[in-house]
Amino acid sequence: MSRSVLITTGVVVCIALTIPLFGNPYLTTHATRILIYAIFAMSLDLLVGYCGLVSLGHAAFFGVAAYATALLSAKIGVSNILISLPLSTLTAALVALAIGLLTLRTGGIYFIMATLAFAQMLFFLVNDSAFFGGSDGILLLTRFSLGTPSLSASDPVVRYYLTVAAAFLTFVFLYFLVRSPFGRILQGIKSNERRMRALGYSIARYKLATFVIGGALAGLAGHLYVLLASLADPSILDWVHSAQVLMMVILGGMGTLVGPVIGAVLLIELIDQAAEFTEHWKLIVGVVVVVITLFGKGGLAGLWAAVAARLGLARSQP
Amino acid sequence: MSLLETKSLSKNFGSLNAVRDVSLQIQPGEIHAVIGPNGAGKTTFLNLLSGELPVSAGCLQFEGHDITRWSPDRRANAGIGRSFQHSAVFEDLTVHENLRLAAQTQYPKSFGMLWPAEGYTDVAARVTDVIAQLSLNAAESTRAGELSHGEQRQLEIGMLMAISPKLMMLDEPTSGMSRNETLELIGILRRLSERHTLMLVEHDMDVVFQLAHRITVLVNGSVLASGTPEAIRADASVRIAYLGQED
Amino acid sequence: MQLSTFLIQLLNGLQYGMLLFLIASGLTLTFGVMGIINLAHGAFFMIGAYLVFQFARIYEWPLPLACASAIVAVVVLGSIVERAVLAPLVDRDHLDQVLVTYGLILIFDELAVVLWGKDVHAAEIPAMLRGSVHISDMIVYPVYRLALAGAGLVCAIGLYLIVAKTRIGMIVRAGSHDRSMVSALGINVGPVFALVFGLGAALAALAGILAAPILSVSPGMGDKIIIIAFVVVVIGGIGSIKGAFVGALLVGLFDSFGKVLFPTVSSLVIYALMALILVWRPNGLFGKAA
Ligand SMILES: Nc1ncnc2c1ncn2[C@@H]1O[C@H](COP(=O)(O)OP(=O)(O)OP(=O)(O)O)[C@@H](O)[C@H]1O
Ligand SMILES: [Mg+2]
Repeated sequence: MSRSVLITTGVVVCIALTIPLFGNPYLTTHATRILIYAIFAMSLDLLVGYCGLVSLGHAAFFGVAAYATALLSAKIGVSNILISLPLSTLTAALVALAIGLLTLRTGGIYFIMATLAFAQMLFFLVNDSAFFGGSDGILLLTRFSLGTPSLSASDPVVRYYLTVAAAFLTFVFLYFLVRSPFGRILQGIKSNERRMRALGYSIARYKLATFVIGGALAGLAGHLYVLLASLADPSILDWVHSAQVLMMVILGGMGTLVGPVIGAVLLIELIDQAAEFTEHWKLIVGVVVVVITLFGKGGLAGLWAAVAARLGLARSQP
Repeated sequence: MSLLETKSLSKNFGSLNAVRDVSLQIQPGEIHAVIGPNGAGKTTFLNLLSGELPVSAGCLQFEGHDITRWSPDRRANAGIGRSFQHSAVFEDLTVHENLRLAAQTQYPKSFGMLWPAEGYTDVAARVTDVIAQLSLNAAESTRAGELSHGEQRQLEIGMLMAISPKLMMLDEPTSGMSRNETLELIGILRRLSERHTLMLVEHDMDVVFQLAHRITVLVNGSVLASGTPEAIRADASVRIAYLGQED
Repeated sequence: MQLSTFLIQLLNGLQYGMLLFLIASGLTLTFGVMGIINLAHGAFFMIGAYLVFQFARIYEWPLPLACASAIVAVVVLGSIVERAVLAPLVDRDHLDQVLVTYGLILIFDELAVVLWGKDVHAAEIPAMLRGSVHISDMIVYPVYRLALAGAGLVCAIGLYLIVAKTRIGMIVRAGSHDRSMVSALGINVGPVFALVFGLGAALAALAGILAAPILSVSPGMGDKIIIIAFVVVVIGGIGSIKGAFVGALLVGLFDSFGKVLFPTVSSLVIYALMALILVWRPNGLFGKAA
């Protein structure tokens, strides 16, 4: 890693580590939620920002892992996350493999709609069947443990540090991934698929691998979400959830990894603050999304650059 | 044995026969030029060879294998490389990165997911080697989208060199180039022909007659004539149908 | 399955299919001609239903006037949205279009809550369309649903005639085949876009008005059906009116028979259908290859 990235990451991690020290339970829980969405958004950024795969069904993998975690705990009493985390992430990866095989045959707008529709299919599957708890979902009363029953993964502080570790590892993994030869191939595919094929790359394989990795990481976020919420309900599979995480990626700036993290913070704060201010918060969020997308190509970073250029503050972009 | 052979290759777009019944052989080591007026079907023919388009009828063989149903990437891996008529470099990536992506295909060990791409020194060496053979003025770190048109065309040929195909197919490599750039490119192509078989679609007759060992003339999708430059120059029907327009 | 059940499900499927067609045709036209993916198309469906509720129930206008005014109002709104928000998106990538039109959904749904509250409003069936007909001794079918299927069919035929026979239709067909071609021919695309978009909005509003007595009027009523309409468009092939028609019928029939044959997983049936069709034809039944 370059020095500046190393320093910035170090500073951010240090700040993150101190949050529980304030002793404010709300703050710790809130930060946990933001970090979970940061993981979720980074996983989508791998697809959208690096490989040009605009998925509008990414919540499917988050939801599948969440339901897998909840079912493992509710039906067969597996509440040790050392078991349920890998199992649920693997389930998400397998579902991503299946959906990817079907949807990646299509391109462009078909891909957007097909991913949306498959996620919606899963939504109805859990929403309509008693096994998955129907529209109420699965509410968990047991606590999660980490290895031994004495170490609770549902303790807010333990859970928080767990999430920090997961987010950090996800970031580092993706940071290296996108700089590896594999990552460069993805960028090539995003830039010019035909050319890549003419160079001898079999595009489908790389896209599928990316889709599965992104799905697995979304699954990781889904798993952590159940630790936090003790609930898996159909709303996490809804396409609105997919649209939200897509908004996080775009708000912060796609293809940057850091952008989606910032986007997660911003969107969650925007929704929370707007909801505090008025019950009609969706109006505010809707207007913000429309304005930022219409006028700021490349999310907030792009918007800032556009405004700066107007004001004559522009420095040339790197 | 010829390197590439097409047998009655045809391509229809609806009722339009863009390529009709083309049978042609490309011998190892030769420079084979395909010429013809605008809309003659040259690019379409090349697309059939590279697998970009499925054929409507006929078949093609490469080194004796029937490759008619092979995907473009499989053909590329078998040794058929191509450039595109309208520059197709990766505009968002740097010159170095463009060439690295191409060179990487030659080193199966370089497909890792964890270590930075820059760390693979054998790939980097190949990129340096290719750059040395081109005459680019821009730095390696320039974004390809910022290169001049002529340099983008050169970069594209560089990418082909990096994958070192047995057969290099170039679709109008000199189009839009200045006289000097064209002359430089002729030099590059001549050197390339020492190691690669070349198929050249080209409008510039100077380039064609300076380089080609054999010329095939396509008109309305069909082969009007095929032979040595002298034979083509002397062919009356070619003169009427094609060369006459140039004079 | 008994013959009577079969016939009733057949009628249900046709009627649902016609409703879906009214929505999907606008979606597919917007994409075919403008190249825009408009998630907010369902808003027109919802607003049409709400406006009729407002005009007919609250202002007590006569129903035909209420319906006509509602459609006109939706077309005006649609044109404003098209000019202000969608036209600038024509040359942007699908990602931006998805986000902006998703933002529009949030805005319209919440505006409906602000104006009409969160309650679900029932809509009445007009007096002359109440009651049922005896199709046979065994089969009784509501008149209104028959009328709905009929109205959908009439619109489908009308739309087909417009697309197949008129100059605008010709541009639409050319546009969905190759968009750059149309502007290259020197056709001023602005008015064509506006017209197509207005037509799509009007059809969606009509669908909302027709569906109101069956589905009830509530905020977000457009969001559920728009996803199904997307499934229709994907099945039929994006940009193809014929595809939208066939896709709508298929989805309508599969949905209605799915409810009888696979009651526990009925809502999955149409997605399974879509999955199969995508495996077989990745660009839909009538879509052009990418
Ligand atoms: N994808 C396509 N769909 C329909 N028609 C096509 C397609 N590609 C090419 N054509 C048509 O096929 C014919 C041959 O085109 P092609 O591009 O192969 O010609 P060309 O010889 O390369 O011409 P140029 O010298 O202008 O590059 C033209 O009439 C063209 O319009
Ligand atoms: Mg050509």
